[in-house]
Amino acid sequence: MKSNIFVKDKVAIVGAGLTLFRRRLLETPRDLAWEASREALSSAGLTLKDIDCIVVGSAPDAFDGIHMKGEYLADGSGGFNKPVVRVFVGGGTGVMVPAVAWWHVASGLCKTVLAVGEEKMSHAYPHPQGVFAYIWDPILERPLGPNLIWIFALEMRRYMHVCNASKEDIALVSVKNKRNALDHPAAQAAAKITVDDVLKSEVLVWPVQLLDISPVSDGAAALVLASESVARRVTDTPVWVEGIGFTLDNTHWYNRDLAYPRYLEYAARMAYKMAGIERPWREIDVAEPYDPFDYKELHHIEGLMLARRCEAPKLLKEGYFDRSGELPTSPGGGLLGVGNPIAAAGVMKVAELFWQLRYEAGARQVKKPVHKAVANAWGDLMQAGTVVVLST
Amino acid sequence: MRVAVVGVGWYGFKPTVPELSFREMMFEAAVRAYEDAGVDPRRDVDAFISCQEDFWEGIAISDEFAPEPIGGVLRPTMTITGDGLQCVGQAYMMIKSGAFNVVAVEAHAKPSDIMSPQEIYEFSLDPNIRTLKISNPLFQAGLDAVAYMRRSGASREHLAMVAVKNKVRGLLNSRASHSAKLTLDQVLDSKPVIHPLTRYEIAGFTDVAINVVLASEDVARRLGDKHVWVEGIWWATEVGTGAVEWHEWGRMPSMRLAALGAYKLAGVEDPLRQTDFSEVEDRFSYMELLSLEELGLGGGGAHRMLESGYYNPEGGYPVNPSGGSLSMGVTLEATGLSRLLEVVLQLRGEAGGVQLKDVRRAVVASWRGPPTYTSIVAVVSRD
Amino acid sequence: MKPERVPGRYIREEDLRRLPGVIEYTPTARYSYSAGQALSEFLRGLKDGRILGKLCPSCRRVLVPPRVYCEFCFTPTTEWVEVTGAGRVETAVISYIGVARERLEKPEIIGVIRLDAPGHAENSFDFAGLFHKLCGVTEDDVKSGRVIGMRVKPRWKPVHERVGSILDIECFEPLQPREVV
Repeated sequence: MKSNIFVKDKVAIVGAGLTLFRRRLLETPRDLAWEASREALSSAGLTLKDIDCIVVGSAPDAFDGIHMKGEYLADGSGGFNKPVVRVFVGGGTGVMVPAVAWWHVASGLCKTVLAVGEEKMSHAYPHPQGVFAYIWDPILERPLGPNLIWIFALEMRRYMHVCNASKEDIALVSVKNKRNALDHPAAQAAAKITVDDVLKSEVLVWPVQLLDISPVSDGAAALVLASESVARRVTDTPVWVEGIGFTLDNTHWYNRDLAYPRYLEYAARMAYKMAGIERPWREIDVAEPYDPFDYKELHHIEGLMLARRCEAPKLLKEGYFDRSGELPTSPGGGLLGVGNPIAAAGVMKVAELFWQLRYEAGARQVKKPVHKAVANAWGDLMQAGTVVVLST
Repeated sequence: MRVAVVGVGWYGFKPTVPELSFREMMFEAAVRAYEDAGVDPRRDVDAFISCQEDFWEGIAISDEFAPEPIGGVLRPTMTITGDGLQCVGQAYMMIKSGAFNVVAVEAHAKPSDIMSPQEIYEFSLDPNIRTLKISNPLFQAGLDAVAYMRRSGASREHLAMVAVKNKVRGLLNSRASHSAKLTLDQVLDSKPVIHPLTRYEIAGFTDVAINVVLASEDVARRLGDKHVWVEGIWWATEVGTGAVEWHEWGRMPSMRLAALGAYKLAGVEDPLRQTDFSEVEDRFSYMELLSLEELGLGGGGAHRMLESGYYNPEGGYPVNPSGGSLSMGVTLEATGLSRLLEVVLQLRGEAGGVQLKDVRRAVVASWRGPPTYTSIVAVVSRD
Repeated sequence: MKPERVPGRYIREEDLRRLPGVIEYTPTARYSYSAGQALSEFLRGLKDGRILGKLCPSCRRVLVPPRVYCEFCFTPTTEWVEVTGAGRVETAVISYIGVARERLEKPEIIGVIRLDAPGHAENSFDFAGLFHKLCGVTEDDVKSGRVIGMRVKPRWKPVHERVGSILDIECFEPLQPREVV
């Protein structure tokens, strides 16, 4: 293993926690941030006094229903007379949060960081999906009245066409993740379903059907990051953040081939380079690729270079990505199984890898020994790739 | 290893920029910044950070529009929702970590495209406060102003003096579209908009796009002599907008904490003596005085120093020699970068009509504005 | 097993409505987006029944939709170039739901169209393109995959109905086999 000689201070995750993920929770946005923060802090044996800096992640303000949402969430995330910053890269936020927290510590300016992802989508009426009406270019795209699922469907269709993947092949991701989520205590959409169930579910924007999609959720998740000296005092098994990567592709998503997330490959290369990983498909033991839609997990597995282009569906069918497989993906259940409170979902995936690497995931623990892991999140108009590489 | 500002670029500083879309403004500012720095964004810039808020932009994931116009496509680009100075703080940390050498920071504002600005400010209030249906959502500024005056003994005259100082000074600054030849009487005779602040003491809005390129010491020295060091930068949130009842009215603890953090990194113990001037928050007149106090630049009382002329451009410690936001206009999340821009130009000797003589080091301070209590402070200097 | 504790209380819509202190609020957020140099000209072109692109002098590609910069070369674009509007379908889907998830009476077919434009290599990853509705194709065309790769052209609204909007193009329809555009 090569370590990056230029980084001043190694950074580790020392604690993680999250709230229930559900379509609608009683707790307010600040309550959610607080509950998750408290769980993360207590899991690390720390209190807010021990925290130097705070990084908050939350996606469109329109969901929670407040402008400058980061300011509103600040105190719920422990932001009382502390440095607080909010990260927002659309759906990529959840994995950008630990990346930003990483440089808070690696710069030497903060010894400990509380990183929180929160989303309260249930505030939006009549349906949270309506918020996505405003993500489009106001002049060229919005007049067409696009629904968010259109863009995913267009991408899914393109992927199916280029990679010759069928809906059956892809639906296996939903089956796998929802089944994995049965063992996750926070899971909203855990279920034992079959490929048939997916193919019989409501067709929304063909080829996307209801069970191809992760649910709308409320929830929060948090991580505690610390510099090496603090980490070694606080825990026997710090989980090192060995690499971070982030990239944004152009806004004109209909000016490029949607079959392959090249922005994710760029972000992944950045993270792998920092982490000294040259053959991710061999060196990564477990992964949490972002899975808001089933095909997206396959898309991202390829973008993360854990499989060759168009190879993921075949490997999936062989059980390669199962918990008992060669390279388990979304062992926690992912967004499809646990839920998708946007920013919190990404943090949840990183938290899952944190527990996996420490062999604390209980019934979700993957069969093989694990040392290196990668998580990614995706966002914006098929643009944002955010990646973290973890290792013990 | 130090961090420097190696290039700045801007476009706008006008109440409206109708000829360009916000993306085109970002492009113009970016091109100028990269030219100024002598870098090719497609090759030399390691990361791009944008500071924007959805509801200022009118787009639900404004991050989508960040990469293209600033050269960030297929590069490490991301968005922070915060004042531009917070993005500079991120860039500072990224460079200090050793993993990035050159980081470009952009922030822009096109308030002229916003048809319902008051309602958007209202939308930033705690929902419980919204139900009170307060006609002016910026009322918190008034509450703080009154509490500040009561505590410090500053009077309406002092607040008005800030407005006169800044708005008149701005007449010499080509970037100050809201300047005016004001007199103290004109301000005092004017009716309060948000008591006790008159319309002259509340900054108007301005469209602008600003791009600032930062680099590590090695790269900065290689690029040339124009670099300006960011010796220290820090930020703090006192309370969230959901807990403004817990704010210390009439004070800005967030600015004090941010200042302490920045001064510590910069090795500044006596800012009034160890720095030469400052560009601080003045979107409301009282904020200039309150900021100076919290920044440790208030001496025996900021209002008294103001009265004595100490903060005038010719005085012992010029404050807002650019004319501040009161004459340049509030540029939403680009306000902090506007203040930083003015400082960088001053230190380089490129400030034109508002140039001060022999200045080496300055304090830059920004506050995100009501209803927030988040401040950012930086100490900037040249060799 | 971690996580040991997962706080949070699920609540149903009916229960939520019955809680005291629930606040309903509709934000007023109105914007008048400046189209800027590039899009203003593009929209003017649409009103005239033309699709305009802009040339990047570095990579020599004509970008549609036009922008004042080429985001890859980071160079200002120079000349305006009209494209024929003909192209081929990259991907297409059938929507049964509207903007707020309501079921539509009549399903819509939407696609990404790769436009014929100078400077782009055959089958390049990046291309000049538009996102629009497709007409004259059936649901079966979409599901079978026949539609992908199909040659299409814009169907314009009548002159008097065009206002300078992307909707001046009603949809993209298949090129009739004998028609040359």
